[in-house]
Amino acid sequence: MDRRTFFKSSLAGGAALAVGAASCPAQARGTNTLPPEALGLLFDSTLCVGCKACVAACKEVNGMPVENFTKDAYWDTPLDLSGKTLNVIKVYRDGDMAAKDREENGFAFIKKSCMHCVDPSCVSACPVSAMRKDAKTGIVTYDKDACIGCRYCVAACPFGVPRFTYDSATPQISKCQLCVHRHKDGKYAACAEVCPTGATLYGTVADIRKEIARRRALKPGEQTSFPRGKLGGKDQSYPGVAAKYIDHVYGETEFGGTQMMMLSGVSFQKLGYSNLPPNSDAASSETLQHTLYGGLIAPIVVLGALTFIAKRNVKPDNEEGGNHG
Amino acid sequence: MEDMSEIRIEEATRAAATVASRLGINRREFLQFCAATATTLGLPAGAEAAIAEAVEKAKRPSVIWLHFQECTGCTESLLRAEHPTLDKLILDVISLDYHETLMAAAGHQAEAARKAAMAANKGKYILVVEGAIPVAQNGIYCKVGGQTAVDMLKECAADAAAVIAIGSCSSWGGMPSTDPNPTGSSSAADILGKTVVTIPGCPPNPYNFLATAVHFLTFGKLPEVDELGRPKFAYGRIIHEHCERRAHFDAGRFAHEFGDEGHRMGYCLYKLGCKGPETHANCSTIGFGDIGEASWPVACGHPCIGCTEKGVGFIKPIHATAQLKGMSPPASYPGVVEQQGKTSFASAAALAAIAGAAAGAAAMLAKNLGKQDEAQAQQKGE
Amino acid sequence: MADYAHAPRPLGGSLVTPVTLLLGVLAAIAGVILLYRFIYGLGAVTNLSDGYPWGIWIAYDVVVGSALACGGYSMALLVYIFNKGEYHPLVRPALLASLFGYTLAGASVIFDLGRWWNVWHIFWPGYAQVNSVMFEVAVCISIYILVMWIEFSPAFLEKFGMRNAQRKLGKVLFFFIALGVLLPSMHQSSLGSLLVIFGQQIHPLWRSGWLLPVLYLTTAILLGFAVVVFEATLSSIGFRRPLETKVLAPLSKIMYGLLVVYLVIRVLDLVFRGALGAAFTASWEAFWFWVEMACFVAPLALMSSARARNSAAKLFIAALLLMLGGFMLRINGFLVGYMTGEGWHYFPSLPELMVTIGLIAFEILAYIVIVKKFPVLPAVQPATR
Repeated sequence: MDRRTFFKSSLAGGAALAVGAASCPAQARGTNTLPPEALGLLFDSTLCVGCKACVAACKEVNGMPVENFTKDAYWDTPLDLSGKTLNVIKVYRDGDMAAKDREENGFAFIKKSCMHCVDPSCVSACPVSAMRKDAKTGIVTYDKDACIGCRYCVAACPFGVPRFTYDSATPQISKCQLCVHRHKDGKYAACAEVCPTGATLYGTVADIRKEIARRRALKPGEQTSFPRGKLGGKDQSYPGVAAKYIDHVYGETEFGGTQMMMLSGVSFQKLGYSNLPPNSDAASSETLQHTLYGGLIAPIVVLGALTFIAKRNVKPDNEEGGNHG
Repeated sequence: MEDMSEIRIEEATRAAATVASRLGINRREFLQFCAATATTLGLPAGAEAAIAEAVEKAKRPSVIWLHFQECTGCTESLLRAEHPTLDKLILDVISLDYHETLMAAAGHQAEAARKAAMAANKGKYILVVEGAIPVAQNGIYCKVGGQTAVDMLKECAADAAAVIAIGSCSSWGGMPSTDPNPTGSSSAADILGKTVVTIPGCPPNPYNFLATAVHFLTFGKLPEVDELGRPKFAYGRIIHEHCERRAHFDAGRFAHEFGDEGHRMGYCLYKLGCKGPETHANCSTIGFGDIGEASWPVACGHPCIGCTEKGVGFIKPIHATAQLKGMSPPASYPGVVEQQGKTSFASAAALAAIAGAAAGAAAMLAKNLGKQDEAQAQQKGE
Repeated sequence: MADYAHAPRPLGGSLVTPVTLLLGVLAAIAGVILLYRFIYGLGAVTNLSDGYPWGIWIAYDVVVGSALACGGYSMALLVYIFNKGEYHPLVRPALLASLFGYTLAGASVIFDLGRWWNVWHIFWPGYAQVNSVMFEVAVCISIYILVMWIEFSPAFLEKFGMRNAQRKLGKVLFFFIALGVLLPSMHQSSLGSLLVIFGQQIHPLWRSGWLLPVLYLTTAILLGFAVVVFEATLSSIGFRRPLETKVLAPLSKIMYGLLVVYLVIRVLDLVFRGALGAAFTASWEAFWFWVEMACFVAPLALMSSARARNSAAKLFIAALLLMLGGFMLRINGFLVGYMTGEGWHYFPSLPELMVTIGLIAFEILAYIVIVKKFPVLPAVQPATR
């Protein structure tokens, strides 16, 4: 092969790639938006007393085993979310921990469970549709019968929510599904149901947003009342005093929003929730994939070009003794 | 040290023998009382000897006990303290010179006895105040022998060695001071304009009072108190901290209604309005009325109403949710960041060894290849 | 090309040697550990955790393993697409190594899958989720493994004397060769795209966003060439054959060019994202970043002159460093630079490591067996000097 043919074929290949790239419509996917009847949770760290009733109730209604991490091993003491724990209350500790909801020399409680993202990474990552987001309620569910156990969801979730049972020969993903299995009995998320102070509330995202707006409008120290259980459900409210919130509602914009939202008196970074951009990673990943492979247009065009070039350059094997050039 | 404790035990035994003969109780029961009192006070081992000695030697201090706006529950609970023959002991340890419920005297005779005792023990007697003091309309809502409570308290307190307010009413106003407080019920401290030792509770645990009195007797001063005048040995901690149902709180097991499964199972009463988490008292550790652990409200299945805590008892609705106070989360609670995951030193060492061997082999190979290169270069040169 | 006829011949010789025995033992150990893993679960043998759901079985066995198996792809690209016939003798051995590399990468995915019995769901309409990068990688790699077996089948057909089938296959082989170039381009880039959805969980030094597929594809091709150099050199020494420096030297010129392109993209990306500062912090990430960069920059120096490229030693070291660089880029992206939250630790357990070592041993063992029994390596002409 001489220089000329080499350049010609190189050019042909390059042109084919360029055509392939240009011909595919840029199927940019924006960050998804909230489903119409989205359900979610509101967690108000300032109301949480750290009783862990939600942790215990969650285990009970989901049939999850106990986990002992403390020396005494008296009762369920999960360290974090895990294959055996779908919901956990963690503590932010600083200095002498003299006051609650204070960043310096204080402490605060924080809930960790599925955020039910508006545009979840786990759903986008799952290769076999085991993770799904309900089109109506927006609840992110998991189907172990579909799952292949690749743990891409575990790795992809920015909140570290989907967990895996590594110690089982037939493992599965564990994650909060907002007690969707109890909905048919007219029940709702057990964590919200048992919460003694209404720190965890269940309701539609619309109601949750209203409640958040109401609380943020209160002056710190002002007398008010806090609902318990389910927003728009049986009135279980009790009188309380408005807390001093930081100016940040977690889950309002993060990742295009989450259906579990949080209020706190301590910055969310300190509570283990990182600052996330308003655009979801799922959107970036899918836009990239669809740009390259949308409708398989680019691959087919490139394959055509490659086939054309290869046909010219490949000689049947038995003639191969000779030269190619 | 051994000798010391030997001596102390001897002293205690001797003292006990004296008191025993005086009181007609046996030595063993007396020592038990001293030990129990020392424990309530949170004193170290050996303190019972000092107490026994003090009880034996001291001249019984004169005690003047005033009743104002109250129900006499404090006195009643004190009378029901069932450590062996305590009623006798209390009459022997202290000289109760004026107590409207207990004294035999009545009318002018009684008031005369009070004045006589005050004069005789000027600057040495202990004043115990039971009940709130009404101040509205010049205190006309409570008069004893024609004297208003305010005047009587001021008169008695003037020459007292120590003032002890027993019960929530005299400690911070208690039930009589509940909104709208028509009589202007006030605490002893408010009237006297100074901090007094308070033994709040409705009724208070008799042993908290006894221990305070015995402390005064033994050490010549009142025990250490908090900013509200409550002895720290009894009110230094929140009920919730040592509650027998605390395990249920930590595990999230609650009674939701009276009589429901959780209630019958003895779960935490927080959701029923238990004020244990915001109430300072030792109810959960010493129980009440000498009949064992089942003898205080929470043990009986009723939420604590916070009777020892100003601003909680009789103020907050019984079923209102408590504010957790002075609580730091248990050490067993997971932090925001926990060290998790596994590493293996053995495999790190193995990997390092393999990497080293591979690097060595590659170097050897490259060296040999280098020699071949040189040979080739030389060949070409030739 | 004086020393070679293009037609490959089996090497022959005994299969039982100290080397093959050792490799066999290592592979057997891995087999036993894997048996244990399937009975007692992943947690019983690996150090995987929810903070590091992917360990070396994914990061090395699949991601690095398949990249190191890109020799066949890179050579096919060079020989059949850019029509550089002079490299043809390198194609078949490279293809064989690729075949094993990929087949084992595919197999090791099964070892790592928790619910491996459902693996067919990836290819099943209704389950398959086309938005997932993982879906694209899995499907692409699976088809490519199939395509490679077809591409390589002339060696078997030749061995078993199936001339007719060989001739028929020869007529359509060009299509499979084209497919065999397209598919690795797709999934090698997608192995980088896998990281896109991790977003901020990837350290800034490796958070290249949409350039990730470009970086991973470039290095995969580069790695393919480096592996060809590495394997050709090792084969020459191991099987006592003359060195192939004359073919490898011009190849290294192509590698040099590609390396420059890669480094320019890599550095410009870091600069424009403002991530370069992170390389100058006292952290493990920065340390491993510099190790990675050193492995890419050093070969640039080693292959800079024509004289250096004609040195078998320098070429070999350059190839080794490039392989290490590609390895580091992937390990850094998937493990070192992966942070799902503070407090998580991972280092593979000994059994986990032994499985990976066993797989590599098995791969080499199979390569030795095949080149001894099947026509893969070009025949050596009797010395004519």
